[in-house]
Amino acid sequence: MSDVSLLVNGKRVGGAVEDRTLLVHFLRENLGLTGTHVGCDTSQCGACVVHVDGKAVKACTMLAVQTSGSTVVTIEGLADGADLHPIQAAFKEHHGLQCGFCTPGMIMTATDMINRHPEGLDEATVRAELEGNICRCTGYHNIVKAILAASKTMAKGAAKGKAKQAA
Amino acid sequence: MGIEGVGARVARKEDKRFITGAGRYVDDMVVPGMKHAVFVRSPHAHAQIKKIDVKAAQAMPGVIGVLTGKELKADGIGNLICGWMIHSKDGSPMKMGAWSPLAVDKVRYVGDAIVVVVAETKGQARDAAEAVEITYKELKAVVDATKALEKGAPQVHDEAENNLIFDWEIGDAKTTDAAIKAAAHVTRMKIVNNRLVPNAMEPRAALGHYDKAEDHYTCWTTSQNPHVARLVMSAFYNVAPENKLRVIAPDVGGGFGSKIYIYPEEIVCLWASKKTGVPVKWVADRTESFLTDAHGRDHVSTVEMAFDKNNRITGFKVDTIANLGAYMSLFSSCVPTYLYATLLSGQYDIPAIHANVRTVYTNTAPVDAYRGAGRPEATYLLERTMEAAARELGVSPADLRRKNFITTFPHQTPVIMNYDAGDYAASLDAAMKTADYAGFAKRKAAAAKQGRLRGIGMSCYIEACGIAPSAAVGSLGAGVGLWESAEVRVNAVGTIEVLTGSHSHGQGHETTFAQLVNQRFGVPIDSVSIVHGDTDKVQMGMGTYGSRSGAVGMSAISKALDKVEAKAKKIAAHLLEADEGDIVIENGEVKVAGTDKSLPWFQVALAAYTAHNLPAGMEPGLKETAFYDPANFTFPAGCYICEVEIDPETGTTEIVQFVAADDFGNIINPMIVEGQVHGGIAQGVGQALLEGAHYDDSGQLLTASYMDYTMPRAGDLPSFKVSTSNTPCPSNPLGIKGCGEAGAIGSPPAVINAITDAIGITDIAMPASPSTVWAAIRAAK
Repeated sequence: MSDVSLLVNGKRVGGAVEDRTLLVHFLRENLGLTGTHVGCDTSQCGACVVHVDGKAVKACTMLAVQTSGSTVVTIEGLADGADLHPIQAAFKEHHGLQCGFCTPGMIMTATDMINRHPEGLDEATVRAELEGNICRCTGYHNIVKAILAASKTMAKGAAKGKAKQAA
Repeated sequence: MGIEGVGARVARKEDKRFITGAGRYVDDMVVPGMKHAVFVRSPHAHAQIKKIDVKAAQAMPGVIGVLTGKELKADGIGNLICGWMIHSKDGSPMKMGAWSPLAVDKVRYVGDAIVVVVAETKGQARDAAEAVEITYKELKAVVDATKALEKGAPQVHDEAENNLIFDWEIGDAKTTDAAIKAAAHVTRMKIVNNRLVPNAMEPRAALGHYDKAEDHYTCWTTSQNPHVARLVMSAFYNVAPENKLRVIAPDVGGGFGSKIYIYPEEIVCLWASKKTGVPVKWVADRTESFLTDAHGRDHVSTVEMAFDKNNRITGFKVDTIANLGAYMSLFSSCVPTYLYATLLSGQYDIPAIHANVRTVYTNTAPVDAYRGAGRPEATYLLERTMEAAARELGVSPADLRRKNFITTFPHQTPVIMNYDAGDYAASLDAAMKTADYAGFAKRKAAAAKQGRLRGIGMSCYIEACGIAPSAAVGSLGAGVGLWESAEVRVNAVGTIEVLTGSHSHGQGHETTFAQLVNQRFGVPIDSVSIVHGDTDKVQMGMGTYGSRSGAVGMSAISKALDKVEAKAKKIAAHLLEADEGDIVIENGEVKVAGTDKSLPWFQVALAAYTAHNLPAGMEPGLKETAFYDPANFTFPAGCYICEVEIDPETGTTEIVQFVAADDFGNIINPMIVEGQVHGGIAQGVGQALLEGAHYDDSGQLLTASYMDYTMPRAGDLPSFKVSTSNTPCPSNPLGIKGCGEAGAIGSPPAVINAITDAIGITDIAMPASPSTVWAAIRAAK
């Protein structure tokens, strides 16, 4: 057993965990954050993607003890209170989800993708960068559409924010 | 159409919980005192169990119970069954072998469950499962259905000699043979439909909870039809009587057929909960899902299609061997028979059809319905054969199809189905226009200049949905009726709950069903709640599969709404002192037509519950129930066109455009319908290009993880061009045909027709992976 202490969705959490505990199991079982899903055993499906220190990470590829001292954001921590994050809103508006199981991982991956491409995204880039996330319901069509739309919305938001700062 | 009514592109109500991580799937459920189960599974495809020693496992840390099939049998738990009786053409019933939820004497496929370990944590259960010692005597295995039929092949079940489950036929052999004999041209092919693994992203899971004080069981399970699960577990598996068994299918992460069936694990979790005195949860890992979820397809067929001198089809003869795996899954027998061979007329007027189907046991995972279930297999035969015939006859594939289309309705095919409505030329025209079919030759030439092979292929599919008229399926061997139930409860304040026997696991029922209510009464969809997936809340239902929830499930709701509307109008007429026939309900108001007299909807509801002033003799309340039994199947149809470009140096196929033109009848929410088509196409393209379940000769599944089984990813697919036309279905009150499976049915032949066109060959095996395509290009040179 090892002690861990980390910041999850803005809250300090910790405790003793078995050394073999994966981050995804720590989030789901110890913290009750069941929005992060387990869809495979081989780090292929991406249903468990969360952000660790600002980067998209498959929570099944990290041990909980490795994240001690880190800042973790899960799907539960993405929205600003009652206001949906623009990517969550885009998934809803463009029907980017059906059964919802891959959706948290898709949204966390998409957030990271948009953050890494402030210059904007095109369809080919979005499709290439979704390589680590599998969806069986949507054929990806509307997921791609939602991410492209969110990327535009967020670019506008960022531009407004800059303009405000400048003013 | 209002902004939330029928036909509106309403964003889904259920999305909020999924996009915020608040969905509630079985693995998210926590019950006080809950422990974890891990199954010990056979590593052999075929073996006798000589000895099971659980002592060491029982002594492992955290272990609560290690239970075997012997104990399960001793407690009277029954064998799993196939619920659809098929008779061979000699009149004998299908030969069903025993399937114990935990194997006792023999294992028949890799993954067959033998022992269950219950422990404090999943990790401890896993550790203890590894300490269970089982002594096997290995037997020779057979994985190929054709080989399983050969004399001397390993015998999977004693009940089925030579592994033949049934030898069944449909249609008229004599007239079909005569048509082939008299034909001006016959196209002959051998066609393989590859085995697939459904791969819903949520792995199967079950949580069984036995309440000793109440002598009552609760089962949370990843099911497409919780009521059928309860019925079967009660009536056949002796888990508990129905009144003492509650089955809940909460949010379910995709099904595609694989979650229709009742599997060993949910039975064992319920039984083990009573045995150990603790709630027991099991969640499959992905490899377990690959090994034990019912697989799909796996047909080998030979076909002969006869044409007269005017290129009209005069006969179609099919001989199919279908692999059903090691055990007969719940509906496995109807898939390669009544869901398959009854669609062999396709969109074409074919006077004579005959199909012979042999189903076979092998040492592989059970095979059952997977998205489309029998209809993709039928469509693949027809549309591959039509393409080959067009090339042999030297005519355009579109013209050959058009010439043979059925154009008048109703149309009785020689294989049971009576098509009620359709316009196949409209779909073909729409698809060809969208695809710029006429401009293909130019595009091909341009690609050739770049050293790339460009090909185009089409597929005109038909399917039968809205399963199904209960008396009809009963006469064909079904053990259940296939109606649907609905209950509409109007609350005293006018808000509405709709209880439905359909189950949503991605289809968006919470939105579309509410749209139907909005259309009727003008109540905002936010004031309409759809209740489903719980046998304690919804009395009975048949669940969601076979694209039936619109055509059958919503028709039941529509019938219940009729009754609610009739009563509400009576109440309103009484309150407004008007004639009942003059009352109309619009936009949340109940009005007397042609006057300014009206009541808000909620006041009528309130009047029903205060009961201060109701028409003489009327019962209080506003709540109605309906059961809808469909009058006929529904027949969605359409045309898909796929255009590919192949790099001859690497064999990589790029889908440069994919066009779908579907006729689904009336549509409730076009956005959701398009989403269904997108997903179906992705699965069909997956079958054609990427996916395939492969067993080695010893029965080991070589493709048992996402490292080995190629799932379609975003980069493998283009954006799709989809459109719909509409011939309303005359067989149900809403005119709906169903849209859930079309994409997976229509797309595989379109893709393979395009690839064979590009390379200039007759056939290529699915999945047409780069190495297969590369080899085919080399062989064609």
